[in-house]
Amino acid sequence: MPSQAGRTISIVQGSERAKTVNKAIELLGGMERFIRPGDVVVIKPNAAFASPPMLGATTNPDLVAEVVKLCYKAGAKKVVVTDNPINDPASCFAISGIGKAAESAGAEVMLPKDYLFKNTSLAGGQLIKDWPVFSGPFEKANKLIGIAPLKNHHRSGASMTMKNWYGLLGGQRSIFHQDINNIIAELTMLVKPTLVILDGTEVMMTNGPTGGSVSDLKRKNTLIAGCDMVAVDSFGCGLLDMKISDLPYLAKAVATGAGTTDFQALKPIFAAAG
Amino acid sequence: MRIITARRISQVFFFSLFVWLCIVSTVGEKFWQLRNWPINWFLQFDPLAAIGTILTTHTLYSNLLLALVTVILTIMFGRFFCGWVCPFGSLHQFVGFLGNCKKPAAQKIRLNAYRNAQGIKYFVLTVFLAAAALPFFGATLQTGLLDPIPLMTRSFNLTLLAIFDNAGFISAQQRFYEGAWIIFTIFLTATLLNLFIPRFYCRFICPLGALFAILSRFAIWRIGKNQKQCSNCKLCEQACEGGCEPAGTIRISECVLCFNCYHLCKDETISYRTRPSAAGEIINPDISRRGFVLSLAGGALAVPAIRLSNKLGRNWYYKIIRPPGTLVEKEFLARCIKCGQCMRICPTNVIQPGGIEGGMENLWTPVLNNRIGSSGCQLNCVACGQICPTAAIRPITLSEKLGKDEFAAAGPIKLGTAFVDRNRCLPWSFDKPCIVCQENCPVSPKAIYTQECFNTIRNGILTVKKTTATTIEIAEIIPADKFATGDYFCKIDGEIRKKISKNTENSITIEKFDKIPPAGGKIEIQVRLQRPYIDIEKCIGCGICEHECPVSGERAVRVSAEGETRSKDRRLLLK
Repeated sequence: MPSQAGRTISIVQGSERAKTVNKAIELLGGMERFIRPGDVVVIKPNAAFASPPMLGATTNPDLVAEVVKLCYKAGAKKVVVTDNPINDPASCFAISGIGKAAESAGAEVMLPKDYLFKNTSLAGGQLIKDWPVFSGPFEKANKLIGIAPLKNHHRSGASMTMKNWYGLLGGQRSIFHQDINNIIAELTMLVKPTLVILDGTEVMMTNGPTGGSVSDLKRKNTLIAGCDMVAVDSFGCGLLDMKISDLPYLAKAVATGAGTTDFQALKPIFAAAG
Repeated sequence: MRIITARRISQVFFFSLFVWLCIVSTVGEKFWQLRNWPINWFLQFDPLAAIGTILTTHTLYSNLLLALVTVILTIMFGRFFCGWVCPFGSLHQFVGFLGNCKKPAAQKIRLNAYRNAQGIKYFVLTVFLAAAALPFFGATLQTGLLDPIPLMTRSFNLTLLAIFDNAGFISAQQRFYEGAWIIFTIFLTATLLNLFIPRFYCRFICPLGALFAILSRFAIWRIGKNQKQCSNCKLCEQACEGGCEPAGTIRISECVLCFNCYHLCKDETISYRTRPSAAGEIINPDISRRGFVLSLAGGALAVPAIRLSNKLGRNWYYKIIRPPGTLVEKEFLARCIKCGQCMRICPTNVIQPGGIEGGMENLWTPVLNNRIGSSGCQLNCVACGQICPTAAIRPITLSEKLGKDEFAAAGPIKLGTAFVDRNRCLPWSFDKPCIVCQENCPVSPKAIYTQECFNTIRNGILTVKKTTATTIEIAEIIPADKFATGDYFCKIDGEIRKKISKNTENSITIEKFDKIPPAGGKIEIQVRLQRPYIDIEKCIGCGICEHECPVSGERAVRVSAEGETRSKDRRLLLK
């Protein structure tokens, strides 16, 4: 495949994540476009809950493993998989299966510790001011890939690749729920990912973001990848039967310069895999 | 090999094994973390835990059958456990040696002489067993307060190991325990008392030692003298760990089988054999009938005295949230030995040693404190019941906890019920959006649901000056940019509500007008709130909501024990 320059997104249909993610990244020009030999890559899954993979509340472990492998294949020196979950961190990585999947693919799993957080003030930010941010994993890294499951979220409407960055905040971060749209917008100013992947293979339609029952999930067999997280999420919300205007943080992220909600203008590449 | 060398090797071995088994009770995947080690061994070999629960429940949890081995070996060999196995005893012996080895011989002999106060431990044992055996008032098992194995397990689990955890060793996460400093102080005091009198705890206090002392009167092999007279050099009494007077008429019940006398005796007068000592022996513990009757009565009275607080009745303490699978309170108190194993293994650190605010009997029993730890009681976890050595917390399965499969009809195990404190809740009391509790509720469908409402904010009724395209200019001054969060709406004409997308000090921009407000008319700024409610039929009392509530002082949503599955009389629902 010729390299598709720019910020386009790829949307791949299929039920097997290992196949769809390979296809999606291939359509964007291959992992080599994002990861150069010698790179140190941080992968940020959503590992928020101590919930088994079948319930879809966390990033699918096979998907994490596949992306780790792709990074190494592209020449990455080291891949770190990390998150600052809501539930007990060790339990989250163990029960979600992400810990084992990442390690067996050769990645290092980094659990949050106090010394990995640094009080940070975001330039131009109103909310992230002298706030502990999970910066430790990034000290030696130069690439960041976000992998998020597509989930219903009562407060913000939808939890996708942008909401996933919430997991990089430390402290009593739940106070930011008072202004959920602006905190997500500020996170898009703070976090500049190399690539984001949104997993809509099984979408959590109800009872999000924890789910808890397979009946909360609906098979949509769609995986989206791209460097424009706003575009990826703007497409993604359609899978939750939501409109872009239902999610005020999308417009706010456009205002921060993180991307565009007009994903059609990017001429997304559609394909099927598996 | 000299016998005291063998004894020392044995002590080091069992002490190390004890420490190792504590370390490997840590949740995690490293080689020094949970790996199917028999982490309850010391508690299971402890006959006081077995006898105590037999007295309180008239049954024996099969895991405690191992204690029979200890009993049989004691009847054969005497107090081998105290001198060769007990990790607490080994610690005392070591510290006592350090503190006293430089003292002159005469002082050592004085320190190791028998004291009448050594009878106190029998009274301690009697008080505990009487409290456990008493049928009239309902039994209580309090042996764990002073039984050295639970005491040391608790001290290691909740203090020493936690200190290492928090320094970045052993556990992946920091561990915190409410009131652990008291446990630590008791442990330290018991240890430092050896500097004044060797094996202070063993000689004067230890109820397990007292139990072994009583059993050792039947011992087949015992220490004794080969002839009545010896040179009376008293070398043996300089190093006697039990304070049992081996040079004179030996007190069999006090002998901890340290074999120091055997080793030190220059005359080769002392041996370990089946014959009674040539110098005579005192087999029975030195305990007066009056003292025995008094301690029996004391133990018997302690139970009704403690229960005057009526903590098992109407005055039950609602903040005592027990781990999933815990027996009904009365039966639980008949089994819990306060060892702290559940508190060590709990992956979220939510199980805490209880205090006395819930009654004396609650001390150091497992209580959930959702403020400590990493996230309430984890849904997919039953570790506490699997580790509990006495089944005070039953070894339930995940299916039973979650009310699945064959337990579907019974429903999930409820630990209590969450209550929203509307006075403290951000959306209820301060018109601030939040619903972190709802987001984190792990139950499906969620036990926390919300109802949407639109509240007009303070000073939120404004006068329209002029309307252009999508912007309303207003007569009043409002804070710039404050209402563009996506949560504020503009209510026009008392009915139409539009999301505010931008605002300056004197204007409000909305997406689109259906109806243009006339100049001079009124508009309202409203905040959209989702206010949390608890579905009492769905709530399992896991406390994750309480843990996550951003009102970080007294949480705006808190679990209280009403509705817990184990107590039918604390229910809130009719069915």
